[in-house]
Amino acid sequence: MVPLYMAFLVGGLLCVIGQIIMDATKPTITPGHILVGYITGGAILSGLGLYQPLVNLGGAGATVPLSGFGHLLVQGTLKAVEQKGLLGAFSGGVEAAAAGITAAIVFGYVVAVIFNPKG
Amino acid sequence: MHTPEQKIKEIEKQEYEDLINQAKPKPNLARNMVWAFVVGGLICMLGQWMINLMLSRGISLADASSATSCILIFLAALFTGLGYYNELGQRAGAGSIVPITGFANAIVASALEYKREGYIFGVGARIFSVAGPTLVFGFVIAVLVGLIRVFLS
Repeated sequence: MVPLYMAFLVGGLLCVIGQIIMDATKPTITPGHILVGYITGGAILSGLGLYQPLVNLGGAGATVPLSGFGHLLVQGTLKAVEQKGLLGAFSGGVEAAAAGITAAIVFGYVVAVIFNPKG
Repeated sequence: MHTPEQKIKEIEKQEYEDLINQAKPKPNLARNMVWAFVVGGLICMLGQWMINLMLSRGISLADASSATSCILIFLAALFTGLGYYNELGQRAGAGSIVPITGFANAIVASALEYKREGYIFGVGARIFSVAGPTLVFGFVIAVLVGLIRVFLS
């Protein structure tokens, strides 16, 4: 089990990197760009085998940030490729990330229907 | 090319921009970084606490991680609906954007904004205005990595 303080440290540092990018490039880089950038960056690092060490070190500190979502997609894909070959390249990513994607869409929709915009 | 009037206009424009830059509040980089670190770190720590709890009940790491993501997404969506998440985000910056809770927040916030356009093509479509590009790039890289692996093996 990864200790809580390691998750705090690694997760905090990943967020600080995002904050520095945002403050340095204001107002070009929006929160949307940060989300896209992190999932892309995480996926590329994962493909190169560089993200797993960060997960081993920081646990949720590396998997909760959106870069961890990119890592999950890539690792799911690689695992499925080993089992099914070419088909796995197309099925593995969504299979691994299915719970998160579905939760985000369903909870997002229900909340947006129930609540009204503030302000 | 440059008449005196144009030069004066340019100088006035420059002076105006200088004035704006003076009046604009300077982003306090150090304070923003501390906020991002603490809030982002705490969200990840909450996730790790849930994962450790599930691991101790004999749930596999993959399932525990997925379940934790779902719970964090649910909480972030709920707190966005209640209006608390955006308040936190104004201070926490990237600390509330980078974790998966920021993804859920972006989904709900953009869907809420277009609620008056209806529940199908308002809320239903706008859910993906931020989630869409994020998933597109995630999927594209994942498939590319998968294809590279297929052709290398």
